[in-house]
Amino acid sequence: MLEKTWVFRLLGPKGWSGLALFACLALVAVPFFNLAFPEGHALYLSTHWVTLIGKIMCYAIVALAMDLVWGYTGILSLGHGVFFALGGYAMGMYLMRAIDPAGLPPFMVFLDWQSLPWFWQGTQHFLYAIFLVVFVPGLLAFLFGFFAFRSRIKGVYFSIITQAMTLAAMLLFFRNETGFGGNNGFTGFQSILGHSITAPETRVVLFALTALTLIFFLLLGRYIVTSRLGRVLMAIRDAESRVMFSGYDPLPYKLFIWTLSAVICAIAGALFVPQVGIINPGEMSPANSIEIAIWVAVGGRGTLVGPLIGAGVINGVKSWFTVSFPEYWLYVLGFIFILVTLFLPRGIAGLAGRFAKEQKA
Amino acid sequence: MNALDAIRQDSDTDNISGDATGIGHVIEPGVLDTTHGPILYLEDITVSFDGFKALNALTLTIDRGELHCIIGPNGAGKTTMMDVITGKTRPDSGTAFFGQTIDLTRLNEPQIAQAGIGRKFQKPTVFEELTVYENLALAMKTDKSIWASLFFRLNGEQRARIDEILALIRLADEARRQAGMLAHGQKQWLEIGMLLMQEPQLLLLDEPAAGMTDEETARSGELFLSLAGRYTLIVVEHDMEFIRQISRRVTVLHEGSVLASGTLDQVQADERVIEVYLGR
Amino acid sequence: MLRSSFSLFSLPTFVFRLAVVWLLFCFSLGAEARPDAGQLTALAAGDNDAKIAALQQLAAQAETDALPVLEALQDDALYLFGQSVLIARADGGAVDALTDEVLAELPADAENITINNRVRGALAVTLAAIRLASNHASTRLEAIEALRANPDAALLPLLDRAWAKEENASIRKRIEITRAMMRLQDTDRAVRLEAIQTLGQTSDPANRQLLEPLLAKDAAGMDPELRAAAQKAVTQINNRLARGEILGGIFSGLSLGSILLLAALGLAVIYGLMGVINMAHGELIMIGAYATYVTQTLVRGHAPGWFDWYPLLALPVSFLAAALVGIAMERLVIRHLYGRPLETLLATWGISLILIQTVRTFFGAQNVAVENPAWLSGGIEIYSNLILPYNRIAIIVFAAAVVLAVALLLARSRMGLFVRAVTQNRPMARCMGVPTGRVDALTFGLGAGIAGLAGSALSQIGNVGPELGQGYIVDSFMVVVLGGVGQIAGAVYAALGLGVLSKFIEGFAGAVLAKIAILLMIIAFIQKRPQGIFALKGRFAEQ
Repeated sequence: MLEKTWVFRLLGPKGWSGLALFACLALVAVPFFNLAFPEGHALYLSTHWVTLIGKIMCYAIVALAMDLVWGYTGILSLGHGVFFALGGYAMGMYLMRAIDPAGLPPFMVFLDWQSLPWFWQGTQHFLYAIFLVVFVPGLLAFLFGFFAFRSRIKGVYFSIITQAMTLAAMLLFFRNETGFGGNNGFTGFQSILGHSITAPETRVVLFALTALTLIFFLLLGRYIVTSRLGRVLMAIRDAESRVMFSGYDPLPYKLFIWTLSAVICAIAGALFVPQVGIINPGEMSPANSIEIAIWVAVGGRGTLVGPLIGAGVINGVKSWFTVSFPEYWLYVLGFIFILVTLFLPRGIAGLAGRFAKEQKA
Repeated sequence: MNALDAIRQDSDTDNISGDATGIGHVIEPGVLDTTHGPILYLEDITVSFDGFKALNALTLTIDRGELHCIIGPNGAGKTTMMDVITGKTRPDSGTAFFGQTIDLTRLNEPQIAQAGIGRKFQKPTVFEELTVYENLALAMKTDKSIWASLFFRLNGEQRARIDEILALIRLADEARRQAGMLAHGQKQWLEIGMLLMQEPQLLLLDEPAAGMTDEETARSGELFLSLAGRYTLIVVEHDMEFIRQISRRVTVLHEGSVLASGTLDQVQADERVIEVYLGR
Repeated sequence: MLRSSFSLFSLPTFVFRLAVVWLLFCFSLGAEARPDAGQLTALAAGDNDAKIAALQQLAAQAETDALPVLEALQDDALYLFGQSVLIARADGGAVDALTDEVLAELPADAENITINNRVRGALAVTLAAIRLASNHASTRLEAIEALRANPDAALLPLLDRAWAKEENASIRKRIEITRAMMRLQDTDRAVRLEAIQTLGQTSDPANRQLLEPLLAKDAAGMDPELRAAAQKAVTQINNRLARGEILGGIFSGLSLGSILLLAALGLAVIYGLMGVINMAHGELIMIGAYATYVTQTLVRGHAPGWFDWYPLLALPVSFLAAALVGIAMERLVIRHLYGRPLETLLATWGISLILIQTVRTFFGAQNVAVENPAWLSGGIEIYSNLILPYNRIAIIVFAAAVVLAVALLLARSRMGLFVRAVTQNRPMARCMGVPTGRVDALTFGLGAGIAGLAGSALSQIGNVGPELGQGYIVDSFMVVVLGGVGQIAGAVYAALGLGVLSKFIEGFAGAVLAKIAILLMIIAFIQKRPQGIFALKGRFAEQ
């Protein structure tokens, strides 16, 4: 009955009001409290917080992307960090060039390189860098997915080889010879499109852009999962052979959602780097990628909104713990992994749903 | 497109298709070329797994509109035969044709499904997280490409078709329930309903009556009988009562090839069949 | 045996020995026990050439009593004070080198005697020459190695004496080679030929370098026969080096393969038999390594005499420690997740984080030191470029033994029967009275215990720290994936194959690129054969 208009199909009345509230907070309130008050004022929202929340929103976008492949399609990727990092690196290339548009990035000078490697050509153009943000991770995901899905690699096997993929990428990027700054990666950015990258105004714009991207991908995700395409994805998750014998070829479906998810991750990475100010191969470590899965699991798989909450909660707790009790964070994270899989298979969203049902009854 | 290409190749190289049948029609199951009578030809199919021959030079022909039962002891190759017909397993040797023109050994599962062969598994497989209605809507015969899926909306005619099947499988009241919540027998019905939504020419049913009550079994028997003629059905069953109710022709498989064929009475009287079932 | 011992008394040898003994006798009579005043003055106050001349003299005399002065010279602890030469002592005092007079304090205006590199080189040779007479085989070995690096024909008589006295076969062999190096430019053609042939028996690139100038057309005193011999010797050395390289590659490949196999075997058992992806497998390895560390510490503390044998005690301890942790994991967490492999993967990852942090809490985040016992240190030198370390050999043997034991356990024992029964048909096994719960726990315990053994073995060749396991987890999975599920034989082939292949690629591409290449190859391989090398086909393949 709610299928009347596509607007209602996307989100219910509650969903739309929640989204509007979020948009107000992110696009109006945060900029206002950050910019309109001087530092030290009681109502001043510090740039530290703007950056932290902006970073967490980037993670939320990653969680959303992960939910599309894992929650809806049943493909658990343990290598999404690689797409995130590649997006970040592509943006980082632009930012490194912006430090000194005429010369070489500082780390190349340090390594005594004489000229730019070929794949750095053109990265001084912002639009080309944006193209790389989408194209490189997208192509990698497409090729990897094409070969993996074509060979019908699925389940744990797929997870394991995605982990191998991100490990291989990390090792590659650790090398100085690869041309991406080795261990240290990229840092020391100064400006983006001519604006100082540390200026509060730039920060707020990046923050707002991240919020808008999050909203856009949430709506896009909702559109996809409520379309027949989304149903086919869920059907693939539940009974892939039935899908095939019903006349759907799962390959393009999986490939589509896998590549889309990778691109969303990459865009999140591209938004992450200018806000956080650093990108290094550590982002590709297997541990980072597997952590994404727990954001989704905590929030609730297959709900899109849940993973956003999961990413927020886990990263919020993490940034508190790693400052206050760094030695306990791994215990907390470890127990979250165990407890959520054992006792909360549908995550926070599932819990909320159950609670709502009990209220009604 | 791939299906079409493959078919085109077949007809070029194997030259089996009659001139009268345009290739363009073949993909349309409605005009599947069965002018010679049979809808399915299996010839000399051999499949082996690590030396074990699951199918051993199996040759079988199914006529259009037939309701054909396949019986045989465990390991006789019934499931493997279905795997070959539906593209899940590639035969080591032999040919499998759907009608005169469609070479099944060159198509993959979705292409075969689109060409008009539907399959029901031994263990009912439905999309548990989706509603009964969504299950049927997904199975419906229509353009199943990814872009079509992204923008697909049900039209009135299609809704009517789903309602019709819902009534037929007696799940109209359960339409909005999650399929995973259904009873075992209901899932069997839902799966059959999904097959019918595909509007196939040939239905492969692996133990359709398993897990059904006697009453449900009888009703499925009636349903299958009513479908025969319009559709072609191949039923693998163990339940002899059920077979007696529905079948006209029975084929007995044993060690990967046909042991006997005929009416149920004929095969039950066959010495070799008795040997296989009771001997040892 | 009899003949060879008899030959000791053959006449020429006897005469020779007699001569040597007589010579030694003369030397001990004639030479001062320590450097005389003239030599000392030359050493302390002479110019470089005088110093070197004195050193060469001392080297030829090879008297151990000269050692304190020479060592002091080497350590910059020799001082000139007026006419006397003082050796500074660690406590600030000094000893007169000639008179042994002890001074409570080194005079402030004593002049430190410094030497340049040329003198230092001569000094090293002299020290080596003297030390060649040491009673300790290891000192003699070092000495001959030093002389070999710097062969000086003037020391030939010394070497001849040392050779005659030497009873250690390997040192004797080295002396022989060094002598040959020195004799390469001898005036006697026969001696030269013999020297060339002796060097041809070695596998040292340095010897090849000595021989190569002889091949030149204008080399002094070379005739075609000598040149042919030199050519042959060079070829022999080259062949040996090439063989050493190949064998070395295969050996380190096998050794890496055995490590991979040990690391992956437990995983193969757990995944193959139970379908459980255990991401905490690496941490079970780590626990085994720490159990070995604890055993080592306890043995050293309470029974230092038995320290050399602690690894034998550490093996069962590691097995049990890891097995107990594994069983606890299975009973508390994994049991509830059967049939949900992706959730199991995440939960076991959580367990791995907790285990890492627990170890950090108890043992600190730094690496701990696990020492090799004496019998695992060192190695067999086959060629100069091929040394097989004992700990690597032990790992290969150990890995083979563990694989054999596991295969036998699963194939022959009642427990193995139960395990296989549960794997193949759980409900049926339960009906037959197999306690499936206990079998699950024991199977998991077995896999975990094997990981513990792996950890114990790995502690002998690498660092032991909380992150030890993280380094192995992806590699172990690659082995299991490549070998095919539930196939111990597959894991063996996959591990050894991966080991040799990665060492081979490392040879020309470096370790990091080799690792990347291997990962990419595995990813590509799985495309072709998703079920691994040993694919199970048919009905059970997709379950």
